Amino acid sequence: MSIPDSKVPEGPIEKKWTLHKEHLRLVNPANKRRIDVIVVGTGLAGASAAASLAEMGYNVKSFCFQDSARRAHSIAAQGGINAAKNYPNDGDSVYRLFYDTLKGGDYRAREANTWRLAEVSANIIDQCVAQGVPFARDYGGLLDNRSFGGAQVSRTFYARGQTGQQLLLGAYSALMRQVGKGKVKMYDRHEMLDLVVVGGKARGIIARNLVTGKIERHGAHAVLLCTGGYGNVFFLSTNAMGSNVTAAWKAHKRGAFMANPCYTQIHPTCIPVSGTHQSKLTLMSESLRNDGRIWVPKKIEDAKAIQEGRKKGRDIAEEDRDYYLERRYPAFGNLVPRDVASRAAKERCDAGFGVNRTGEAVFLDFASAIERYGKVEANVHHIENPSKEKIRELGMKVVSAKYGNLFDMYENITGDNPYEHPMMIYPAVHYTMGGLWVDYNLMSSIPNMYVLGEANFSDHGANRLGASALMQGLADGYFVIPYTIADQLADDIRTGPIPTNTPEFDEAEKNVRGRIDQLMNIKGTEPVDHFHRRLGKVMWDKCGMARNDKGLREAIEEIRKIREDFWKNVRVPGKADAFNQELEKAGRVADFLELGELMCMDALHRSESCGGHFREESQTEEGEALRKDDQFAYVAAWEWKGDPGKEEMHKEILKFEALKLSQRSYK
Amino acid sequence: MKLTLKIWRQAGPDAKGAMVDYPIDGISEDMSFLEMLDVLNDKLIREGQDPVAFDHDCREGICGMCSLYINGRPHGPERHITTCQLHMRKFKDGDTIYVEPWRSAAFPVIKDLAVDRGAFDRIQAAGGFVSVNTMGNLVDANALPVPKAHSDKAFDAAACIGCGACVAACPNGSAMLFVSAKVSQYALLPQGRPEAKERALNMVEQMDAEGFGNCTNIGACSIECPKDISLENIARLNREYLVAEMTKES
Repeated sequence: MSIPDSKVPEGPIEKKWTLHKEHLRLVNPANKRRIDVIVVGTGLAGASAAASLAEMGYNVKSFCFQDSARRAHSIAAQGGINAAKNYPNDGDSVYRLFYDTLKGGDYRAREANTWRLAEVSANIIDQCVAQGVPFARDYGGLLDNRSFGGAQVSRTFYARGQTGQQLLLGAYSALMRQVGKGKVKMYDRHEMLDLVVVGGKARGIIARNLVTGKIERHGAHAVLLCTGGYGNVFFLSTNAMGSNVTAAWKAHKRGAFMANPCYTQIHPTCIPVSGTHQSKLTLMSESLRNDGRIWVPKKIEDAKAIQEGRKKGRDIAEEDRDYYLERRYPAFGNLVPRDVASRAAKERCDAGFGVNRTGEAVFLDFASAIERYGKVEANVHHIENPSKEKIRELGMKVVSAKYGNLFDMYENITGDNPYEHPMMIYPAVHYTMGGLWVDYNLMSSIPNMYVLGEANFSDHGANRLGASALMQGLADGYFVIPYTIADQLADDIRTGPIPTNTPEFDEAEKNVRGRIDQLMNIKGTEPVDHFHRRLGKVMWDKCGMARNDKGLREAIEEIRKIREDFWKNVRVPGKADAFNQELEKAGRVADFLELGELMCMDALHRSESCGGHFREESQTEEGEALRKDDQFAYVAAWEWKGDPGKEEMHKEILKFEALKLSQRSYK
Repeated sequence: MKLTLKIWRQAGPDAKGAMVDYPIDGISEDMSFLEMLDVLNDKLIREGQDPVAFDHDCREGICGMCSLYINGRPHGPERHITTCQLHMRKFKDGDTIYVEPWRSAAFPVIKDLAVDRGAFDRIQAAGGFVSVNTMGNLVDANALPVPKAHSDKAFDAAACIGCGACVAACPNGSAMLFVSAKVSQYALLPQGRPEAKERALNMVEQMDAEGFGNCTNIGACSIECPKDISLENIARLNREYLVAEMTKES
C-alpha cells in the first residue's frame, strides 16, 4: 500500500480552506438521520465532534473509558487556548499565528493544516463564549489575554489555571445536551479494542464494557478516533493514568499509518521526580513562565551546596544566578518554545548545575514578579514610600490571584512553599505530536476512519506551542470534521444500517477475545506496572530529550526483551468477564510495548534534529537543533506489517508554499 | 511509615461488603495516597490476591474521577484537595486509616471503592447546557461584555469537578451543591439567562428522580468540596427554582 493523497487543496494558502469547503459534497438533513457515526474519546476533539455531528442530524455513539465523558484528560490542560483575535491590538493575525505555529513546529507540520488551524481559531472563542465558558475578563467586561511560549504577542485566552477544564465542560455540556435528546448514545466505561474494516472501509468497533467485561459489537458508517496522545509509553508523564494508545494502535494494525511517532513533547515546567514510587508527573502551567524567571547558580560550588542541602535558592546572591534562558535567548527569554526550554534545562543539569538532591531540577522564581506587581499595586493604592515588606505583601496578592491554584498544587505535592522559596521544576513527557496519519479531511489511510486532536499528526510538526492543543482539539471537532465527513458519507446515504453479524465482526471479536484470553492465561509473577516502568525507563533514557544512534539501537533490543518477558511473566489477576482494572492496564501496556519499538525506529531513521526530536549527532555549534531539510522534510508514515520490527515507512513530502524553510531562531 | 489500612471490599454491586484489614509497610511521606494504594495492590497481586478496585485518572485533582471516604471524610482530612492530591506526609507512622467508597443510594458500588456516578451525567443531560449549536457564523466573543464580577462568580461555580464528594458528605445524600454549581454558572452569565428557568426546573426534577436526598442547609457539602464551591450557589439555585416554579406557564 502506498501513502494516500493528502488532498491538500490547490490555490493560495489563505483561500485553500474556503475553496475546499465550497467544493465538498454535502449530505442533506434527511439523509444524515440514516447515517451512524462512532466517536471514540470524549476529550475536546471527541466531545466537540460528537456534539456537532449530532446537532447536524447524524446518529452518534460516543465512547470513553472513564466513568463520565467529562473526565477526559483535556480537562487537565491549564494555561490557555490561542486564537488570532488580535484583541490586545499587538499585531496578531491569522498569518502570525500560522507562522508561529509552523515555525514552532520546526517546519515539520503540513502547512495547509496549520493555516486552517489558525484560520478557525477565532471562531472557537466565539463558540465557547456562546456556550457559557467563563473565560477570564478584564474590568471592562471584555476577554483577557496572556502570552505563551514561542510567541511575541498576547493571544492566549484562559480561565484561571483551568482552561482545559472549562473548555471541556463546555464541549461536554453540548454533548450531554445531545445525549438528552437521544441523538448521542453514550457508552462510558467502555474501551475500544479493535476496529472493524468491511470492504476496505471502517465500519465499526469492538468494545469491552469495563464494568461487566462484556465484549460488544458496534457498527457505523464512520469511526472517529479522538483518543489523545501516547505519552504514557514513558510510564511517567503528565498524562492521566488511563491515557493510552490502544484504540489508535488497533487501528494501526488494521491499516492506518502511524506518522512521526518519535515526535514527543517534553514540557519544561513539571514538578521533578521525587522517588521510585512515583505514578505520574504534574505539570506546572507554562503560563508561569510569563512571570517566573528560570535560573540555576552560576557557580558549581553553589549548585553542589544546594544539592547537598547546605544552601537554599534564596541564599544565592543575584549576581551569582544564571538566568540561562534570558542569557541565551534575549528576544524570547523565558518564553522560548517548550523544546528549547527543556533542552536548555537538561544542558545545565547535565553540566552539574541542577538544584535538588537528584541534580535534576532548575529554579522557577517569582521574587522579581512579586516585587514588580507590588510596586504597581502600591502606586494604584497611593502608598508612598512603601516598605519592602509592604511591596512583597501587595505583590504576593497579585501573584496569588493569577497562579494561586498552581502554587497550592505545588505545595501539596512537594511540601514546599513557592512564595518563600523558588519552585523547582524539570522537564517531563507531556504531549505527542506524532499520531495516526490523516489527509486534509482528517481521514486516515483507512477510508471512513477519521482521527482528530492529539491522536493525529498533522498540525504541530515536531514541536507544539503552548495553548495550541486545546485550539486543535476544538478546531477539529467543531469546525473541520462537520464539513469534511460529509464528503465521504455522501456515498452512504443508501447503505442502510451496518450489520454486525458479518464475518468481519466475527473475526475482530475473535481477535479481541483471543488477546484477552492470552493475557489472562499467562499467570506469571510480575504485575503489569513492573513491565510498564521498565519500558518507561528505556524510553526516557534513550528516546527522551536527547537521542543518538547507539542508544536507539540498544533501546529497540531492550524493548523487545521486555515485551518477550511481559508475554511470559505478567500476572493479570481476576476474571475477564468482570470489572478488572489490571486487565485494562495489561492490554494497554501490551500495545505500548509495540509502539515503543516503532518510536525508536522512527527516531533512529530521522538522523536530523527537529523540534522535540533532538539527535545528538545533528546540532549546531551552540547546541541548537539542526534540521536537514534536504533529507528529512517529509512525514514518516509507518505501515504495520505483522510485527513491530517489520513496519514499512512511507513518505509524504512536505511542501512549503507560504513560508520558506529557515533555521529556527529565538535569539 | 508503617500503617494499618481498613478497606471496604465488595465483590460486586449486589455482593455484601465488609471492612478488611491490610497492614502495610515502607510507605514514604512523598507518596500520594493513591500511590500508597498502588503499593498495596502491587503486594496483593504478587501474593495472588485480588487488588483493591478504585477510580482515578488524572491524579492532579481536576478530572474528578478519584473519590474515597478516608477516615470518615470525602477526599480525606485536608481541605480543598482531592484524594489524588493527598500526600502521606499528612499521616503519621503507625496510623490506622479507614478507606470507604462514597456512600449514597444514588451512587451504587460497582466494586470495592468504585461507584457509579452516572446520575450526575443524567442531571447534566436534563439541562446543564446552553442550547447553542456549533455555528459557522457567530457573533464576536467580545460583542457582549460580561461584568468581571459576574464572570468570576460563574467561574467559581464552574470549577466543580463532579466528583460527588458533596453527596458523600451530606447526611441526606443530597446533590444540591453539584446541581446549584451548574445552574449558577449559567444563571450568572448572559448566555445562560434565556433558558435559566427551564434549566433550574429540569435539573432539579432529574436530581429528584435519581433518588438524591433533600437539602437541609447543613453545609457539609461545601466544607468537604475539593473545589470550595460555595453554599451561596444553593441559595441561588433555590431563588432560580422558586422564580421558575412561580412563573412557569402551564
